[in-house]
Order: sequence, then C-alpha cells, then structure tokens
Amino acid sequence: MSNLKFKVMEGTRSAAHSIFAHGFRSFLTTLGIIIGVASVIAVVSVVQGFSANITQQFDGMGTNVINVESYTPRKERLQGVRAKLTYDDYLEIKYRVPGVSNVTPTVRMWGSNAVITYRGQSSSSMIVGTASTYQKLNTVYPERGRFFNLSDDKSRRRVAVLGPSIMSKLDIKGDPIGQHVAVSGEWFKVIGIAEKRGKLFGFDQDDFILLPFSTTRALLGGAEEPDITISLQIDEPSQLEQVKQHIKNLLRRNHKLSKGADDDFEIATADQMLDTFDAIIGSTTLVLGGIVGISLLVGGIGIMNIMLVSVTERTREIGIQKALGATRFDILLQFLIEAVFLCLLGGLIGLILGFGAGSLISNLTGLPSATVPVWAIVLSFGFSAGIGLIFGIIPAAKAANLDPIDALRYE
Amino acid sequence: MSKQTIIELRGIAKHYMMGSEGFYALDGIDLDIYLNDYMAVVGSSGSGKSTLMNLLGCLDLPTAGEYKLKGTDVATLDETSLAGIRNREIGFIFQNFNLLPRATALQNVMQPLIYRGIALVERKQRAQDALAMVGLQDRMTHVPNQLSGGQRQRVAIARALVTEPAILLADEPTGNLDSSTTIEIMALFDQLHRDGQTLIVVTHEQEIAERCHRVITLKDGHLMSDQVNNVSVKQSSSEVSAHV
Repeated sequence: MSNLKFKVMEGTRSAAHSIFAHGFRSFLTTLGIIIGVASVIAVVSVVQGFSANITQQFDGMGTNVINVESYTPRKERLQGVRAKLTYDDYLEIKYRVPGVSNVTPTVRMWGSNAVITYRGQSSSSMIVGTASTYQKLNTVYPERGRFFNLSDDKSRRRVAVLGPSIMSKLDIKGDPIGQHVAVSGEWFKVIGIAEKRGKLFGFDQDDFILLPFSTTRALLGGAEEPDITISLQIDEPSQLEQVKQHIKNLLRRNHKLSKGADDDFEIATADQMLDTFDAIIGSTTLVLGGIVGISLLVGGIGIMNIMLVSVTERTREIGIQKALGATRFDILLQFLIEAVFLCLLGGLIGLILGFGAGSLISNLTGLPSATVPVWAIVLSFGFSAGIGLIFGIIPAAKAANLDPIDALRYE
Repeated sequence: MSKQTIIELRGIAKHYMMGSEGFYALDGIDLDIYLNDYMAVVGSSGSGKSTLMNLLGCLDLPTAGEYKLKGTDVATLDETSLAGIRNREIGFIFQNFNLLPRATALQNVMQPLIYRGIALVERKQRAQDALAMVGLQDRMTHVPNQLSGGQRQRVAIARALVTEPAILLADEPTGNLDSSTTIEIMALFDQLHRDGQTLIVVTHEQEIAERCHRVITLKDGHLMSDQVNNVSVKQSSSEVSAHV
C-alpha cells in the first residue's frame, strides 16, 4: 500500500512536470473539459440562485394562500368555449365559505384598451383591478402615498397605485401623488407608489398599475362579464383540504356542472406552485446536465486523442524508462495520473470560469445572484477525474504495453 | 581459476520471423561471464550482437536455452520481475545516450531509483554522488541538449552506475563520440573495471575491443571465438587515439 502511495506520488510529480512543460498544449487538450465544467457550473449556479430566490418569495407569501382561476380544457378551448370565474363566484366564496379571509378578486385588462397615458407618453403595462385586500395577500406596500381602501372600491373612485417602473416609462416628473394618468381614456388620480421589487427572468416586476376592482369592472363595460382570479387566505392551515373541497363544491354547483364533468376552474396553493416550480427546475437541470454530459464526453475524447499522440511522441522515453526498470504498472500509472491530473486541472479552471460566467449572467439579466452548491463542485471534480480515468486508460495501456526494444529503437 | 560466475548462457537461441521465413539471430550460444570481466562483443552487423545485448539486458527473452543471472533462471520470469532485474542488476549505456530530454542531468540519474522506491532525499544524494564520480558535479541542473556528447554519455554512465548493478552493458558507447571523448569514456571504463565492476561492451571498433581483457566474436548468430586479450590495459591513451 505504501508502495502504491509512493508510486502515485512519483507519478503525480512526473505528470505535473510533463503537463507544465507543454503548458499551451495541455491547456488546449483540457479545453473541452474546461468548457464542459464551466457550462455545468454556470447553468447550475444560475438555476440554483434563481430557485433559492423563488423559494424565498413563496415562503414570504405563505402556504396558506389559495388562488382560484378559471380553466378551460384544450378540447373545449378549440370549440371556442371559455370557462370563466365571475363576480358572483367571488361573492359566494366570500360569504359562504367559512374559515377564510381577505378574499380578493383580481381582473386584468388586456388588448388595445390596456394603455396608460400621461402628457403624451403612453405605456402598455400590466393593468390590475383588485380589492384593497390584495395588499395583504401579495405583500405590496406603498413606498409613498397609500394603498386604496374599502371605500375607494365601494365608491368606484378613480384612484391608482403605480409600480415604480411606470414613473420612468411615462416620464412623470416631480411628486406623482395627486397627479393624473389616463387608463383606457379615463383619468385616474395617483394615490400611491409601490415598493421596488426588481426583475425576475428579465421580466420587470414593477411595471404595473393597480386600480380598484369595481372601478375596473365599470371601465371594462357591461358587454361581457370579465374572467377574474380569486385569491384568499386560510385562517387555519390544517383546514386547507376542507376549504378547497368546500370551494370546489360551491363552484361546481354555481357553474351547474353535471356529475361526470371536469372542473372548469383550478385551485392552486402556493405549495403546489412551488412543487410545480421545483419540478420544472429539476427537469431543466436534468436536460442541461445531459447536454453538458455530452460536452464532457467530447472533451474526454479530446484528452484521449492528445494522450495517444503524446504516447507515440514519447515512445522512446517510455523505452528508456523500461530499460531503467519501470514496470508496466509504473508506466500505466504515470499516464493515467497525467490524464486525471489534466482533467482535474481543467475541472478547476472550468469551475472558476463557470462561476464567473454564472455571476455575470445573473448581473446582466437581473436574475438573483448565482450560487454554486457543494454537490455541483463535487460532481464536476468527480466527473472530471472519471473522464480522465476512462479516456486515459487506452493511451496508458498502449504506453505500458510497448515493447522496450522497439520503443528504444523508435525515432 | 576460481572466478565467480555472474552470467551463465547455455544453448541460447533467438528465432525471428521475417515475413514467412524464420531465421536464427542467435543459435546455440554457450557463454560464462565472470565477476569483474571486462569483455568486448564484436562482430559484423547482423551477427547477433544486439540480440545478445537485449537478452543479457533482460529486455528480451530467448526462444530456447537457459540464461542464469546470479543463479536465477531469467527465462522463467514474468514482465514485472524482468523490470526489477533490469533495475537492480543491469546498467545500460547506449550509443545515442538515451537520456530523458526534458529532465536535468540530476533528474536523469535519479530516474532508476524511483522504480526502486527510494525516497527523494536519498535519491538526490545518491545521484549527486554518481554524477560526482563521473566528474559532472558542476552540470547537474543542465538538460541533455545543454551538454556535450561526452558529458551526455557520462550522465548515462552515472545513471547506469547509480543502482550499483551487477553488470554494465554498453552498446557502442563511443559510436557517437569524437576520438578524444572516446578516450575519456574508455578511461572511465578502465577505472570502473579496476574498481571491480563487470563490464560488457558491444563494439565494432577494433581499438575499443583491444582495450578489453576478453573479446568474444559473433558471426551469423554463432560464437566464433572467445579469447583473452594480451594487450596491456595500461596502454597509453595517445596510442589509442592514433588508431581511432
């Protein structure tokens, strides 16, 4: 055992000597591994950083929030049927389901009338009509001014809370509170500016305008009742399943669904959304991992190729070493260690580059900061060493099996 | 005479296939080599000199016959044991020096000690001693192409001696050297012989062979003659240089 340790030590010494003697070639040889590992680390660090951030956001939201949305199965969507949640559904849930609070209707404005204008500047931002309870469910706090209250909603006041990005998009100068913006041709008085949230996946989370629900409904006109989303909070988290069942029964009855028919709505909890999100992240990581695995494989073939050339080039040296008493195992070990050493070096460089690239991507796209989990580091190094072993074995065996007489005669 | 036998060859044959035809590079060689022998192997090209050299150096195994090195039957050994024998018992000196090109003189001399499992500090010490013995204590950190031919061959000799081998096998050791360097190297061999080293020198130069105490002649794979040289070893170097 100590003999093997000695041999490994000497092999490492000789490998380092040989790798640094041909610095540039060694770099090119291991470039495939460098790129492979760098892409693993870059991708993983970005995805992990993103995932950590999302989880944090969901945690802030709490697991006791439920969202109810309309859902149209694909088949019916093709037939032109659209499921809908209405204001009546909202009222039913609000007054008939026990153990819930902050039941909030939300309606979004789409299309050509969803334009905000201010002194000749216009912006098509997200227009959300909602109740005062929206603030509690979505933790939106005004940085300046106030959020709208119950009476704003009841009296259909034309007031608005702006996301901070709108300010610059509409070029609003001075104190925005008290000024007026036009939404779909109607004037709204600005009463508050929300706190800045930043960007997520390049999507600006601050580009919105919040209006009272009843005002928005009136604005949309009476032609057709809008499809709304209903959010609510469960007072007792252990009652989650009962509450969900209760809402389900109520909506089915309201929508007059026959016994065998599918739900035309979806009830989602933050937990479920988190699970879905985790599943997406997981499969994304797996797919990317597969692609990167292929690139590492290609890198490994590059290593093998150069090692084979190197063995041929050093045939005479190998002959000399054998004449001096090197066994097959000595030579095998020497070349194997060289391949593994080369790969690990590539892995290390790749790790540093990958983390750099990940951080850069995060900064440029406004994603949360990149984090490299320990498992990714261990995996990269393990994989690099494995590649070195697997693709080093053929060249090493070729070197070890050289006939010393032929090798000494090699020119 | 009660000379100690180091090598015993009995009926050694080496058969090669060249295409469909086979031929014997060596055929029925019987030879004893004794401790402190200073022996030259001569013969024209194709006589089997190199083949004998490879067999004696355990780089190759005979097709038939018995080769005992210090009493061990070499023909029965596996590859790893042969490597061990090469490391402990044989010191090779080649015509083209065969130094590791990227390693310094010191590293070259240390190389065989790695395979013996000797730790760095002792390895260095022994290599330095060996280089000092051949007069290269000032050239230890030079790589081969910073050294002259004679200096390179001395590094090779130091490398061969550092393991304290039973026999020193030199294959045309002066073939790539000029006449004055040849004299230096042969003087070094004479010195080693006086110190008790067993030397076998393969050569086609008569002058080198005459310097040795024993000359065997090969022809077409057969041992033609085995004679003791009358020429005095104390022959002056100027005489040798006149011949070369």
